[in-house]
Amino acid sequence: MNTILTVENVCKNYGNFTALNNVSISVPKGSVFGLLGPNGAGKTSLIRIINQITLQDSGNIFLDGEPLKPQHVHQIGYLPEERGLYKSMKVGEQALYLAQLKGLSKSDAKKKLKYWFEKFEISDWWDKKIQELSKGMAQKVQFIVTVMHAPKLLIFDEPFSGFDPINANLIKDEILKLRDDGASIIFSTHRMESVEELCDYIALINKSNKILDGKLSEIKQEFKTNQFEVGLISTEKEQLLNKLNEHYKTEKSVNPQLDDELRLIVTLNNGDTSKDLIRFLNNKAQLNHFTEIIPSANDIFLKAVANNG
Amino acid sequence: MDKLKLIIKREFLAKVKNKSFIVMTVLSPLLMVGLMMLIIFLNQKNSEEVRTVAFVDESNLLASVFTDSNSTKYIDLTALGIEEARKQTEGHYYGVLYIPKSDSLVNLSKGIAFYSEDTPSLNLLSSIENKLEKKIRNLKIEQLHFDVDKIKATETTVQIETENFIGEKSSKIGSVLRMVTGGGFGYLIFMFIIIYGTSVMRSVIEEKTSRIIEIIISSVKPFQLMLGKILGNALAGVLQFIIWMISAGLLLFAITYIFGIEAASSGSAMGQMNPEMIQQVQSSSASELQLALQEIKNLPILTMFFSFIIYFIGGYLIYSSIYAAIGAAVDSETDTQQFMMPVLMPLIIAIYVGFSVIENPHGPIALGFSLFPLTSPIVMLMRIPFGVPWWQILTSMLLLIITFIAIVWFAAKIYRVGILMYGKKPTYKELYKWLKY
Repeated sequence: MNTILTVENVCKNYGNFTALNNVSISVPKGSVFGLLGPNGAGKTSLIRIINQITLQDSGNIFLDGEPLKPQHVHQIGYLPEERGLYKSMKVGEQALYLAQLKGLSKSDAKKKLKYWFEKFEISDWWDKKIQELSKGMAQKVQFIVTVMHAPKLLIFDEPFSGFDPINANLIKDEILKLRDDGASIIFSTHRMESVEELCDYIALINKSNKILDGKLSEIKQEFKTNQFEVGLISTEKEQLLNKLNEHYKTEKSVNPQLDDELRLIVTLNNGDTSKDLIRFLNNKAQLNHFTEIIPSANDIFLKAVANNG
Repeated sequence: MDKLKLIIKREFLAKVKNKSFIVMTVLSPLLMVGLMMLIIFLNQKNSEEVRTVAFVDESNLLASVFTDSNSTKYIDLTALGIEEARKQTEGHYYGVLYIPKSDSLVNLSKGIAFYSEDTPSLNLLSSIENKLEKKIRNLKIEQLHFDVDKIKATETTVQIETENFIGEKSSKIGSVLRMVTGGGFGYLIFMFIIIYGTSVMRSVIEEKTSRIIEIIISSVKPFQLMLGKILGNALAGVLQFIIWMISAGLLLFAITYIFGIEAASSGSAMGQMNPEMIQQVQSSSASELQLALQEIKNLPILTMFFSFIIYFIGGYLIYSSIYAAIGAAVDSETDTQQFMMPVLMPLIIAIYVGFSVIENPHGPIALGFSLFPLTSPIVMLMRIPFGVPWWQILTSMLLLIITFIAIVWFAAKIYRVGILMYGKKPTYKELYKWLKY
């Protein structure tokens, strides 16, 4: 069994509005799984169904091979996008309360909380009320509350909002550490640079439908456009460009170029390989730069959503 | 089950540790006792005050009725004439009563006037009127050459003793007792529902606005959370009421013990009655008191107690789950108004109907509203002391329980959808749609 979570053909309607239409995903164990999509695509609906906050209209969900049951909430940690804590309750008290709701015994919860509070160097906040803390401080408490019961599956919805860059990094490292310790992580965000950094797998949801999923590296391969950025040293740039244009589709690169360099983005002809292109270019001029253009997560996102209409 | 306990505990502690709760709990009995003492004090002050009333009796027939009492002294200024008497009275006496000269007894009652600085006390006026009426009547009787004493002998006081078919005696004091106990229980439920229902609603809104709600319901079912909230608040309320009862009882006991106010105030109450009334009260009070004691024994105390518990729980659960649903449907307390009216309506109607129930405890209105589940917790409790057939109580309770289940089900549905909805103020139509999600 190497998937922690399997979602099969899940549909969810709110009145006449379809929030999820036959969505299936599977999250491999020990991975960071990016759940991506524009606003209102249905990400939060799916996450709420996984957390059993709402029920799907149809479809099945399996956690670690078992059909999802109420007691599974103890094995899931969830950091919602809309998050907060009781304002007038003491930090320690409410962390204990939330830990107990996740099925920990009181003494166990205390031990675990002590560990996390020390790790984040916030032990002296125990008796403070949330309203005395800054937003970033409250977010730290929130993160601890999400992970303290060592769940198998962690779901983070926009985890970095509200953190300054230093603390965002701290949280990112913690997320990766949790993954290395065996937890599987679903990570929902719009911030594509964090997808590049964190995700092993992604699924893209748009307008209630899943339009793309798989290993990030494979998806990137798939979305390759057979374009290469090349740099050619030549004294007669115009002539060279004209010759190239006879055989290949080219466009100017946005990257800076050296004085005597022609920097271009060249699209391979159908049936050609990169070898053919290198041979061709080598015959024409001195080749000093050659890289394949790999689409970023952002490009993939935009392209997939645009294709989906 | 464990989680429900955790939630109840948290809600209870959150409520009880709240500063306003502590202040309310401690201050209320003090305020209540303080207010009572103030009333008693003012009453005493009032009755200590002696009014001097001047009179000018130009008819020379009525002066004999003006005998001094504890609170009123009379001064005869007939010799001065009314104009002079008015001048003399101003600033010195409470007022001056003017009885004009009259040619016959028939016209004697006409033109009697009272001049005073402020509007005179109604009590004083009616007491004077009473005296004059009696005197003039006696004068008329004498004029007709009837024997006043003989006519007096014909006066009769009738006191109807009531008794039901099983042979239990009842009395007016008894019905007052029923009114007070029934009304008290009904009112208690009314207050409790409003105070703690609102508190449930606030607590739901707080969870929504602080956005902790989604974290909590990823661990527990929304229904568990709602139920825990309702029960936790109820426990806090029961605790508050118990503290109030005990402390108010203790304080009252201490105060009556220390100041002996009870004796003083009952003495002054006697002082305000006229002698005849006192006589009447004294002659009847012994038997009335016995009857009243009998009445207390006759009250269906056990039925009242158990039905209080059932109606209290049922009524509170129905209303507090509606309050919870309202709290879930809105984003802030200011948005609650449009939903509050329909909730408060039946409660207020129930209290009003309660008054008419006391007049006619077995009429169709009383029956109808004591069966209707949104008003029955209040109206039926007001009726029970007057004796209600078993089938009515059972039907009413059955309806209450069915409604309770239905309403909690509906409220839970609205609650579970509402707590995750932010931004727009919902309409009734939308709430109806939520039921189908």
